[in-house]
Amino acid sequence: MSGNLSVGWFVLISVIKILIAVPILLGIVAYTVWLERKLVGHIQNRWGPSRVGPFGLLQPIADGLKLFFKEDLTPPYVHKALYLLAPILSLTLALTSIAVIPVGGWVTIRGARIPLQITDVNVALLIILGITSMGVYGVALAGWSSNSKYSLLGSLRASAQMVSYEVALGLSLVGVLILSGTFSLRGIVEHQLGGFWNWNIFGGGQIVAFFIYLCAAYAETNRIPFDLPEAETELVAGYHTEYSSMKFAMFFMSEYANMVTVACLASVLFLGGWSGPLFGPPVLQALLPVFWFFLRVLFFLFLYIWVRGTLPRFRYDQLMAFSWKFLLPLAIANVIITSLVVALRS
Amino acid sequence: MTPVAPTFFFYLLSTVAVVGAILVITRKNPVHSALSLIFTLLALAGLYLMLYAPFVAGVQIILYAGGIMVLFLFVIMLVNIERSQREVQFNQQWHVGIIASLALGFLFLYVYKHGSSIFPVNPVSMPEPMNTQQVGMALFRNYLLPFEIASLLLLVAIVGAVVMAKKRI
Repeated sequence: MSGNLSVGWFVLISVIKILIAVPILLGIVAYTVWLERKLVGHIQNRWGPSRVGPFGLLQPIADGLKLFFKEDLTPPYVHKALYLLAPILSLTLALTSIAVIPVGGWVTIRGARIPLQITDVNVALLIILGITSMGVYGVALAGWSSNSKYSLLGSLRASAQMVSYEVALGLSLVGVLILSGTFSLRGIVEHQLGGFWNWNIFGGGQIVAFFIYLCAAYAETNRIPFDLPEAETELVAGYHTEYSSMKFAMFFMSEYANMVTVACLASVLFLGGWSGPLFGPPVLQALLPVFWFFLRVLFFLFLYIWVRGTLPRFRYDQLMAFSWKFLLPLAIANVIITSLVVALRS
Repeated sequence: MTPVAPTFFFYLLSTVAVVGAILVITRKNPVHSALSLIFTLLALAGLYLMLYAPFVAGVQIILYAGGIMVLFLFVIMLVNIERSQREVQFNQQWHVGIIASLALGFLFLYVYKHGSSIFPVNPVSMPEPMNTQQVGMALFRNYLLPFEIASLLLLVAIVGAVVMAKKRI
């Protein structure tokens, strides 16, 4: 990757990419909240936020200011160190996984080919799975260290749910891995370039895997219909009941950042990443893939909100049965069929 | 084979692993012990990465640090911490402990002094993209029987766990 770059340049370019990518991610997070409130409002025949700025567009900024200036309350009965660590862990891990997501092809600046991705590693998919599996600790520790019943119950539910759905999630990706033969997200996208019939969801026949991935991803990010860890009618707010101000905001941001990561991953793995028609001058040709990629991400975020506005919540035993008795066998069947097809074709 | 990172990282990760392992047995709060164990497992994953084994490192994080330890923590969170903190942490079996650790220490020392014939002098360096394929090839070609025996063992463990957990099947 950095074959023609010295170490200094490599570090500099990486820092620049981080400085561009993280604010964009945080911006998307803020405006996904706005989009969600607006869309759910319209689904429920309301207006949603409409007072702050045109169409309520400045609402995220107002919310952010409010959360900054709220009193930061630490209940006296918590386990201090872990109580502080939990939100930091959640947000850090949620922001880290964006590092391996490729948002576009290559750009050539002064003869150096730079990938539109913070870092292009060979085992990117494993890294993302590892980071999401570590993300459980943020939730688990938050619940335990809060030393309150609602929090503990919420975090127990969350960790059981996340561990269960991780199995189905991991297995749903195996089909894609068999088809492309690499863990590198860039390699997986490059395998799907050249038209929508090459996308894994159509050409690879991974539509079942896509469905499993979506269900498991919704459960991993604790979204409706799988939002039992924070079911407000039963558990107040679940694992973050005892958190206020910025600490609460960090959990909130990490949930939405995880949603964005999941959306990015779905686009990369199943919908051909940044593939799309290219035209115009070189600058446009370099930036169009990024646009196509963000269009897909936006579609997934919209889907998230749409589902939230439509579906009711599962019961807890239904949730577990759905993962272990339905998604898991389906995922295993998909792995077997995909590998059979690949083996017979070659 | 040139190391993937300077020796400094080896010492750093080893220190994290060893200190984490010591904290696992010295902490009185089981949640703190579990967290120290997570740090040890993550440091081991880092050491695997330094040995050009990204797949093993990834699986180490996903399965051990992210999967098994979550279940550990899950059980510990339900335990009454106040009561467990009052219990005696170390038992009185010093003699057996000293003998066992001395035996293990001598074994390590022996391998370190005379074991150079066991280990290959020049380990085969694998190109990084091929690493996962190589692991798969090794598992399904050379070590198929041990692999299947291990999976059978795991299956037995799962069935056993279900039998123990369910009163009526």
